[in-house]
Amino acid sequence: MGPRLKLFLPLLLFVVLAGFLFRGLSLDPRELPSALIDKPFPAFHLASLEDGRELTRESVTGRAALFNVWATWCISCRVEHPYLEQLADEGIPIYGVNYKDNDEAARRWLADLGDPYVLNIVDREGTLGLDLGVYGAPETYLVDAAGVIRYRHVGVIDERVWRSTLEPLWREITAGGES
Amino acid sequence: MRLRWILLALFADLWLAGPALAVIETYEFSDPALEERYRALSQELRCPKCQNQNIADSNAPISQDLRRQLYQQLEAGASDAEILEYMVARYGEFVRYRPEFSRATALLWLAPALMLAIGAAVLGVMLHRRRRAVSAPLDDSERQRLAALIDSAEKKS
Repeated sequence: MGPRLKLFLPLLLFVVLAGFLFRGLSLDPRELPSALIDKPFPAFHLASLEDGRELTRESVTGRAALFNVWATWCISCRVEHPYLEQLADEGIPIYGVNYKDNDEAARRWLADLGDPYVLNIVDREGTLGLDLGVYGAPETYLVDAAGVIRYRHVGVIDERVWRSTLEPLWREITAGGES
Repeated sequence: MRLRWILLALFADLWLAGPALAVIETYEFSDPALEERYRALSQELRCPKCQNQNIADSNAPISQDLRRQLYQQLEAGASDAEILEYMVARYGEFVRYRPEFSRATALLWLAPALMLAIGAAVLGVMLHRRRRAVSAPLDDSERQRLAALIDSAEKKS
């Protein structure tokens, strides 16, 4: 390397560093890959919010579905609620995991805002949440017909998230299940 | 003088408040050894929600759950490896401040050694060049020019 070219070394270093930093601006460090991708949905014995009967893994698996972790104390859950109703109207089965919540408050929420869920699992102590690796509501899991977790989305589901990431996966999973 | 006392009092406050904030809930252990392991593990496990804190320092609900889980498993006689495995199975290698060595974490583990090696190499090259520059003897024409320069300087003074 000639001495003149060497003068450009700091500039080169700067450009590389700036490139990394610029990339970092559009990355969300809070979004963690789930450790449960391609693992079976965890087993559990918890009550149903609707009628109190005991639910297990078997009562909620068997067809492709979304599992939405929500709570009345979770403000973002209220934000995504209307969109979940829209998805339910389109015929997508959504199971609710009512995470560390109060049953009465949860029932009132569903009565007031509408109920997009097939049924709700009461996870008052957060044990199912722990087995799922939940670290904050809302989180949504895409589970296929074999009961295997295929994707986890942390945060609000809206039109953009659904169209860009979840819907393509959903199509893939449901198409695979039928063939 | 007065200001100094005020500052001192402020620092004492901060210093005393540190440990008070760190303690969130307390568990009674059947064995002091378990408590020691609880302390070590809760400092090594990272809070998945508040990413730059370990679960010992964080008061996020998820850290509380993980601490309770940690306590229950320790009391149930689980080994450190089993507990870490349990946490990693749910939250990924991310929950450990010292993740397992794998392809994904290789860069993380090797970067310090790599940096040191690069630094050492740069230093080595620089030192080598400098020694060569100093030890290169003057050739005849350079020596004559040096003598002439010294001569003219002496005449001037």
